[in-house]
Amino acid sequence: MIAIEVLFASAVGVMTAAGIYLVLQLRTFPVILGLSFLSYAVNVFLFATGRLVVNQPPVLTKYAESYTDPLPQALVLTAIVISFGMTAVVVMIALSAWLSARDERVDMENEDPPPDDTEDVASVEGQP
Amino acid sequence: MSLILLAALPFLGAVFPALLIRAGRDASSGAAGMVTLIAFVGLMTNAPAVMRGEVVTAQLSWLPSLGLNAHFFLDGLGLLFAGLILGIGLLIILYARYYLSREDPMGQFYTYLLLFQGAMVGIVLSDNILLLLVFWELTSLSSFLLIGYWRHLPEGRQGARMALTVTGAGGLAMIGGMLILGNIAGSYDLSVILTQKDAIQASPMYIPALILILLGAFTKSAQFPFHFWLPHAMAAPTPVSAYLHSATMVKAGLFLMARMWPVLAGTDAWFYIVATTGLVTMVTAAVIALFKDDLKALLAFSTVSHLGLITMLLGFGTPYAAVAAVFHIINHATFKAALFMSAGIIDHEAGTRDIKQLGGLRTLMPLTFVMSTIASLSMAGLPPFNGFISKEMMLEQTLHTEWYSNPWIVAVLATVGAMFSAAYSFRYIAHVFLGPKRESYPHSLHDPVPGLWLSPAFLVTLVVVIGLFPATLAEGIVDVAAGAVTGGASGHVHLKLWHGINAPLMMSIVAILVGLLLIWTYARIRGVWDAARRPEAKTMFDAVVRALTGLSRAVTDTLHDGTVTRYAAIFLLFTLGLGWLAWSGGATAAPDRVLLMGNSLTIVGWFCLVGSTACLVAFHRNRLMALVILGVVGLMISMMFNYLSAPDLALTQLSVEVVTIILLLLALNFMPRETPAEGAGLRQVRNVGLAAVGGLGVGGLMYAILSRNPVMESISQYHLDNSYSGGGGTNVVNVILVDFRGYDTFGEIIVLGIAAIVIFAITEAILDGPVRARLLNRKPPEPRAGDTHPLMMVVATRVMMPIALMVAAYIFFRGHNLPGGGFIAGLVAAIAVIMQYMASGFSWAAARQRFPYHGIIGSGVLIAAVTGLGAWFNDLPFLTSAFGYVTIPPLEKFELATAALFDLGVFLAVVGAVMLALESLSRYAWQPGMVSEYPMDINPVRDDGDAEEQEGAQ
Repeated sequence: MIAIEVLFASAVGVMTAAGIYLVLQLRTFPVILGLSFLSYAVNVFLFATGRLVVNQPPVLTKYAESYTDPLPQALVLTAIVISFGMTAVVVMIALSAWLSARDERVDMENEDPPPDDTEDVASVEGQP
Repeated sequence: MSLILLAALPFLGAVFPALLIRAGRDASSGAAGMVTLIAFVGLMTNAPAVMRGEVVTAQLSWLPSLGLNAHFFLDGLGLLFAGLILGIGLLIILYARYYLSREDPMGQFYTYLLLFQGAMVGIVLSDNILLLLVFWELTSLSSFLLIGYWRHLPEGRQGARMALTVTGAGGLAMIGGMLILGNIAGSYDLSVILTQKDAIQASPMYIPALILILLGAFTKSAQFPFHFWLPHAMAAPTPVSAYLHSATMVKAGLFLMARMWPVLAGTDAWFYIVATTGLVTMVTAAVIALFKDDLKALLAFSTVSHLGLITMLLGFGTPYAAVAAVFHIINHATFKAALFMSAGIIDHEAGTRDIKQLGGLRTLMPLTFVMSTIASLSMAGLPPFNGFISKEMMLEQTLHTEWYSNPWIVAVLATVGAMFSAAYSFRYIAHVFLGPKRESYPHSLHDPVPGLWLSPAFLVTLVVVIGLFPATLAEGIVDVAAGAVTGGASGHVHLKLWHGINAPLMMSIVAILVGLLLIWTYARIRGVWDAARRPEAKTMFDAVVRALTGLSRAVTDTLHDGTVTRYAAIFLLFTLGLGWLAWSGGATAAPDRVLLMGNSLTIVGWFCLVGSTACLVAFHRNRLMALVILGVVGLMISMMFNYLSAPDLALTQLSVEVVTIILLLLALNFMPRETPAEGAGLRQVRNVGLAAVGGLGVGGLMYAILSRNPVMESISQYHLDNSYSGGGGTNVVNVILVDFRGYDTFGEIIVLGIAAIVIFAITEAILDGPVRARLLNRKPPEPRAGDTHPLMMVVATRVMMPIALMVAAYIFFRGHNLPGGGFIAGLVAAIAVIMQYMASGFSWAAARQRFPYHGIIGSGVLIAAVTGLGAWFNDLPFLTSAFGYVTIPPLEKFELATAALFDLGVFLAVVGAVMLALESLSRYAWQPGMVSEYPMDINPVRDDGDAEEQEGAQ
């Protein structure tokens, strides 16, 4: 049988690769999917820094002899919820861009140079 | 008055002028004057102690771990400067009331002025150099606002920007210098630093620190070659020029040099840098001033020249020179502020301050003439005015100064400076007031209202009486101030007008005679001057600024060309590089962890997860299918959490997955269903390559971590040990969230709330715009279902709703002891509500929604905050939780914990945030005509006739 750690690490690697591949796509929707994958991968990675343990949930009972590391779990729990919030914001931005500009490409082309915001310094007679 | 209050008073008072301007200009200026007067009186209550030689202190620890403390002290030097700042501030406030016109926003002016005043008072009272730096930067910022006060004038804006650039850059250098100094002295408190002269001057970092600090002082005090900003700052209203550019801000650099004098002065480096800069500035600026036709430009260069004079005196490094410097600071403030104000009067009354259009004002404005003449003669250094005394002291010092063992060059150059100084002072009198009356002036001329002349008149009186009775009026303050500068080395100071016929008097007489001669032959000299080619400081400054902006824009445009995928690729490459660097640079222990053996279940799970990920990547162009597969991935991850002893995470992941998929489906409703194939070839190679390397890297790192035990013992054991005894809960993850790390959680629910409100705001903005029309007329890409709200689904969700809410409540309450808690319960409750939206329609559900979701988010955050604050009433830190056990028959013993209240806040914030995000998205879909008052389109109980009857009955 193969070790769970090997399976776990390879799965994290695959999710990261999928996330990177999708983030580099040219349209907003696959980029959002890619970000979701990257947040899966990161959350799972952080969770696993507490090492993999089976059947020892961090719920105190009289019968349990040892527990898994609760700290990464607490951190990842809020991270999961926050990543929902972030996904929602990104989705909203992508959707607004599509609705208002009918454009869902993430790269800008032929960007106009920004207007020159420095005042015309030559317009005023210098003193010394 | 406590020094802390004294320093805070102008800042606190700064709100009043802005508020009271509604009650009129007198109320606004009166408020500013009252604040300043209170501060001045408060300062004076400390004066007797300082004059006795004591040092008044006030201390407040701010960030002691960084060495940044609100320590204030008031010695002679501080008293002198604070007195000048507040005293002249009062006069300026009176003057500005009558100077500004009706169109000028006066409330703003006084607010800025008080902010500036507060910053200046802060500088001179600070005992901590970091605190001093904060105030130093505040003067740069507030003076920017004041110089650019007439924002419609391009000169004003440019002058303000130039002043901010130059003084800000100097301030930046000074921060470096001060940090070095504090490092050498081992403390950031001036009272400590000032005792460390030997250590500081022996340090190899003395020269860098000196140069950096002097850069700050020189830019602020407009010393050559940084002098050019001051004349351009004259675009400010005259009260600002009189206040900032003669009496206070430009003297901040001098103050700093005087403050640091005990530890920095006395070395060769100090002498050659400071004295030479001062001398060069004094002479150059005096020459330029003679040829300026704008009254304020003339005064500006004369100010630069006098600042150079004081800098030079401080640079000499002898106690007597320091006394002269302190005395000249007072004298210059009196006559120069008076001159600026009189120039403002001329500008105000005549409508011009161009000398070429003036002349002959003697009889038209007799009062202004007298005041200007006295102040000018003092500036020229004529007896019996105060400028004469300090100039004599300066000349006396130059005679004793050798520059590279040349005994006379300093004295000669100082005399040359005095000649030109006399000449431009005479010109100010001769070409403005004397001479023939002109046929016409831009305005009809007369002396101004008392409000305008009272302030300069007061200062001119000082000019005369200090000149006549220096021992009575100025000796005391000069004595303590010079004592503070020199650390007592100046001994007892004697000031007197007449020293008998001696060498300095001869030098003065020569200077005045040559000055008269220069005015006599002015037309001819002016011709030579105008014909000469001179470097233009502003042009050079502009060129430098333009080059820098051009460079940064070129860099930005190259790196930031709008190609987001390229940024992402560069970012990934860089991150991978960093990871490689860290990995190859560190040492790794051998794998020492006993691995867990998998079983068939884990392998099936692995195949599901990896297989669905692969499918998603392969078929991601079909977006709907991609979402379905994404759901599978999320489900597998939550199963994985569950298997690996993380039940809380499994529950959270599961419920988040539901709302995420719903969110993405709602968004997809408006977006194209397919992603077009594009970007093949090289781009594809790059993407696959980066993905492969990234995946291998992360996977490898993961395995490396998982196969080894932690190097150091984790702090987790503490949480496990104290969860029940300290937090009162057995679910350690939940206790960490609501108790151990409650502050983090508090921050996180706020972030979540902000994200939801951002989404709401974007929706509002989009729906207000032209998009709305398009959305209203939108044709769905697919045919709609005939029955959009099917009976079965409506009934099922209706039945499910109380059950789902009960599950949420159950999960919430058991959370402290078993897997669950506010986050998960919030998500479950949100899903229960979303089901109603989906089954019965947006309008139907929204009509039954009693509380706005923003309010729910807000109440959640508030409940969490109030729970946290409750700890304060028991003298415990924020968010300390308390718990106890209660028995109410016939129930079993149960626990009451404040952490549950906090968790309630989390619950509400999560419900509100999730619902606000989804509801905002749903609002895009609203179209007229799709609102149904019935939850179901087809209802066998009702037929249309019945419906109409019911309507009629209501």
